[in-house]
Amino acid sequence: MAELAPAVAHHFDDAEQQHEAATLGMWVFLATEVMFFGGLFTAYVAYRALYPGAFGHASNHLDVRLGTTNTAVLITSSLTMALAVRAAQVGAAPARIVRWLAATMALGSTFLAIKLFEYAHKFYEGLVPGPAFTYAGPDARQAELFFSLYFGMTGLHALHMVIGLGLLAWLVREARRGRFGRACHTPVENCGLYWHFVDIVWIFLFPLLYLVGRH
Amino acid sequence: MAARAPTVHYLNVDYGVRSWLFTTDHKRIALLYLGTITILFVIGGIFAVLIRLELLTPAGDLVSADTYNKLFTMHGIVMLFFFLIPSIPAVLGNFLVPLMIGARDLAFPRLNLLSWYLFVLGAAVSLWAMLTGGVDTGWTFYTPYSTSASVTNVIPTAVGIFISGFSSMLTGLNFIVTIHKMRTKGLTWFRLPLFVWAHYATSIIIMLGTPVIAITLLLVALERGFHLGIFDPALGGDPLLFQHLFWFYSHPAVYIMILPGMGVVSELIACFARRPIFGYGFVAASSLMIAVLGFFVWGHHMFTSGQSAYTAFVFSFLSMLVAIPSAVKVFNWTATLYRGSIAWDSPMLYALGFIGLFTMGGLTGLFLACLGIDVHVHDTYFIVAHFHYIMVGGTIMAYLGGLHFWWPKITGRMYPETLAKAAGLIVFLGFNLTFFPQFILGYLGMPRRYYAYPPEFQALNVLSTAGASILGVGYLLPLCYLLWSLRYGPVASANPWGAAGLEWRTPSPPPTENFATPPVVVRDAYDLDGMADAPAEAALG
Repeated sequence: MAELAPAVAHHFDDAEQQHEAATLGMWVFLATEVMFFGGLFTAYVAYRALYPGAFGHASNHLDVRLGTTNTAVLITSSLTMALAVRAAQVGAAPARIVRWLAATMALGSTFLAIKLFEYAHKFYEGLVPGPAFTYAGPDARQAELFFSLYFGMTGLHALHMVIGLGLLAWLVREARRGRFGRACHTPVENCGLYWHFVDIVWIFLFPLLYLVGRH
Repeated sequence: MAARAPTVHYLNVDYGVRSWLFTTDHKRIALLYLGTITILFVIGGIFAVLIRLELLTPAGDLVSADTYNKLFTMHGIVMLFFFLIPSIPAVLGNFLVPLMIGARDLAFPRLNLLSWYLFVLGAAVSLWAMLTGGVDTGWTFYTPYSTSASVTNVIPTAVGIFISGFSSMLTGLNFIVTIHKMRTKGLTWFRLPLFVWAHYATSIIIMLGTPVIAITLLLVALERGFHLGIFDPALGGDPLLFQHLFWFYSHPAVYIMILPGMGVVSELIACFARRPIFGYGFVAASSLMIAVLGFFVWGHHMFTSGQSAYTAFVFSFLSMLVAIPSAVKVFNWTATLYRGSIAWDSPMLYALGFIGLFTMGGLTGLFLACLGIDVHVHDTYFIVAHFHYIMVGGTIMAYLGGLHFWWPKITGRMYPETLAKAAGLIVFLGFNLTFFPQFILGYLGMPRRYYAYPPEFQALNVLSTAGASILGVGYLLPLCYLLWSLRYGPVASANPWGAAGLEWRTPSPPPTENFATPPVVVRDAYDLDGMADAPAEAALG
């Protein structure tokens, strides 16, 4: 199949300028995302320093096995995403691009399913902050704060995953139409950057919430 | 070679509501913003009028205490988030950045349109919250009052600001990418107009600061809605954390508001002093320095909030440092005027007004950065006067100056110059009469945010209210004669001021694609002597 020429928008001189603009735009957007999550991380670090004991105790209630599994799932999804980007860059057949994108979507969905299972478990244990919060250990107030931050941070991360899955679904549709190839792979690359970013956020969340101060 | 008035330009290329609501032309989007923020400015102004009327007498007689709390809150929210922050970047920046760098549009025209829709949506949500009960937390949303005690519409107002934050991020993202990637041939970084440098620095602050206020307001809404204890001490949280997160954005936001104004003033001074800006490189770098330093001074809002003496000392020192790049600008502007051939056109009056008022606002900022003095004047009218000198005396003066300067370019019409000069003078006088007495009031100890005050403060308050009515006239005048000029103003030439920028080398108003052929730049910004080569430059494209 002949490769489709990329459509250069009227205000760009050429495809290269368009590609560079889109890529820079994505990086700048990711910088805002870092600052967005940064606010939550700051809150977490502040309270972790204020209540180290209570946070350590509370983190024992998180399931490390599920957290580790999810970390592995997400890192693998970054690999399949990178392979999808590579396939688009070298002009592989649309079916190959779609296959790697689909694999990424499957892994992302697995992550969300496991996360949902963890949330449900916390709900049954009465660890969801609010009127129904029941916590047997000491420093229940501070533990509630820990779980507030846990749900806030992982929830925001999960929301980003859902948006990422939406982007991937759109990529699959476009790839099926044969839009991506050697001359046009910016959308795949940019969605890839986003996916890796969301992955990296989890790489920080996992040790901070599940591992630090555990005993 | 004067450019012929074109038969087709961006305004008459298409008619009808659809051609505006679905436009991706940065010039049309700038006008959409202009209309929207003018309405919001009037709304914020009405709140200000009611505040000044209430303060005419010592007793709380015009409105109730609760209503007064809502008035100053909504005045602050509308003026800061929905007027000052978008004012210069979204209107003048949107219109001019692509023209000044010889581009056909911003890098992401559809995101640009989306940013306007988000802005309108955010403003509508916040206004709806205000109409259906209002909000009384102060524009600062301090916790735990905002999360547990206040019974007003905190969450919807915060949601409106949250949405409009995305609008300003999209604008900032567009500017950064456009300035990096879309400059025309020969336009190196150090040939960029200072207006573009200022917008570049502003965009960096928008990109790094706005997400933090977004997450902070989200946390406030979560705490208020779901009792997640993040900031409320009763729930194990820490109210100081809120103040840190809030001011981490909201102090740099001051520079989001003033830096574009400084960019405007640089353009005006260079044009009407007929000299290149003295120390161009330093003025450009000072914008970036303000952007960087601005992120390290937020603690000076919290000197009396219980932070440690050591922290306060460090923040005090860092706050003083901001005086350096600010002074670099003021001194270089005055050095540009020295031996300049100064023309007293109306935009220049606003620019000179800006320099004087910004200097007053900046110097009183140094008072506030001093630990001892700050304890005395904290939460008094001194601080109200200080930030109005920066926001109103600085940003709005620059905005009006810029609007007058580029009005012929934007609309293709000239306005009545005598009236414009009179308006500039009235604004300057009215402004000083409104806010200078507030410095004295604050120093004498009148606290801010109260609807009643001891009788001995009345004389100065009457002066202030009288000044506000003069200021109001000064703002209404441009609204009238600029609208009048749309129909009856004399037709403007391509370059009515004899300015050096690229935007003046295309017809007024410009065609949709901005330039018939992409310009090639062979000279520095503000190089008026090099203007003789301009036609040759244009032909090179």
